[in-house]
Amino acid sequence: MLEAADVFKVFQKHRGDAIVIPTGTSGRQWMNFTTNEKRDLSLGGAMGHSAAAALGVALSLPSEKVVLFDAEGALLMNLGILATIAGMKPQNFYHFVLDNECYATTGGQPVPNAKEINYAGIAKEAGYVAAYRFDDLQEFERNVGKILDAKGPVFISIKVIPAIENEPIGMRNRPATRNRTQTIRDLRAELGITEG
Amino acid sequence: MVEQQQAAILRPETMVEEFKKNRVTHVVTIPDSETNYLYELMRMQPWLDIVPASREGETFAIALGLSVGGKVPVVLIQNTGMMESGDSIRGMALDAGFPLVMVVGYRGWTRHGVISDTAARYTEPFLNAFRINYYLVEQDVDAPRISVAFEEARATKRPVAVLVGDEYHGFNR
Repeated sequence: MLEAADVFKVFQKHRGDAIVIPTGTSGRQWMNFTTNEKRDLSLGGAMGHSAAAALGVALSLPSEKVVLFDAEGALLMNLGILATIAGMKPQNFYHFVLDNECYATTGGQPVPNAKEINYAGIAKEAGYVAAYRFDDLQEFERNVGKILDAKGPVFISIKVIPAIENEPIGMRNRPATRNRTQTIRDLRAELGITEG
Repeated sequence: MVEQQQAAILRPETMVEEFKKNRVTHVVTIPDSETNYLYELMRMQPWLDIVPASREGETFAIALGLSVGGKVPVVLIQNTGMMESGDSIRGMALDAGFPLVMVVGYRGWTRHGVISDTAARYTEPFLNAFRINYYLVEQDVDAPRISVAFEEARATKRPVAVLVGDEYHGFNR
């Protein structure tokens, strides 16, 4: 398993101008590595549906590269989205899943069939152009550039060490971040988009 | 006589005209058997993109993403799927606060007689629980209500529902 922080450190070198949509417990660490916050987008709000929202962004902005850092627990809540994405064939869409094998935010209970399931296999058979699995940082580092240069939709599953949270929700420290509305407003301003 | 019959239904052409008038760019949908002709008609429109979803909850999230990029999405689903989408409606549509017209097939609804289908019985209470305003359309003469729904969605930056009450007759050719 990789540290999510190491995944982001490596990815950041290849990000370019991509719009990045981090989700889940692991995804929170992206804020420590991003160098282009105006192109970071928060699309959480209903667990299991960030991938669908990211698809909408990719379809609405076909000239922009859209990178989603999804979580396996969220993906399991709506596996059908893989077929939806594959069916729309967004060439600018890169779907990472940081697989920590558990619901880290609720104390680390395992997701169904945590050790056996092959998300990349499911994505490939659903119709993604390509799908990859990584459990080794060097291998990820060697390949991520090529993956992001290829046409999507591409799926990349990475095993990561969970950052398990056990404190009651109200006692957890959350760093101040821009909320969803602010990230949408900032991205639109950055891209010169007026509301439809 | 034929003209009278035509006027008594909500023609798919009327729905598509309303979409065009309101600058809709994408219809995010799960088709049902009763709206097949509407689906085919939408596919023929060069100005309109169809986004088929796997489950209704996705449709509201996809619509949010499309709106981020400046597009004008519509969600087209059945009332059964709307009820499945509760958390997505809450988190992706209401909380996000963007204009969204949701066209909902009112399965089981009838103006005459007793409504026995629970899908219909719970549709309006569901929308009321979410404080989502709605307009019922049954015939072509009701078409202006669709534009009213669009105007309201734009003004309030909220979802507004159009309940298609005569789905079983109007679209089923």
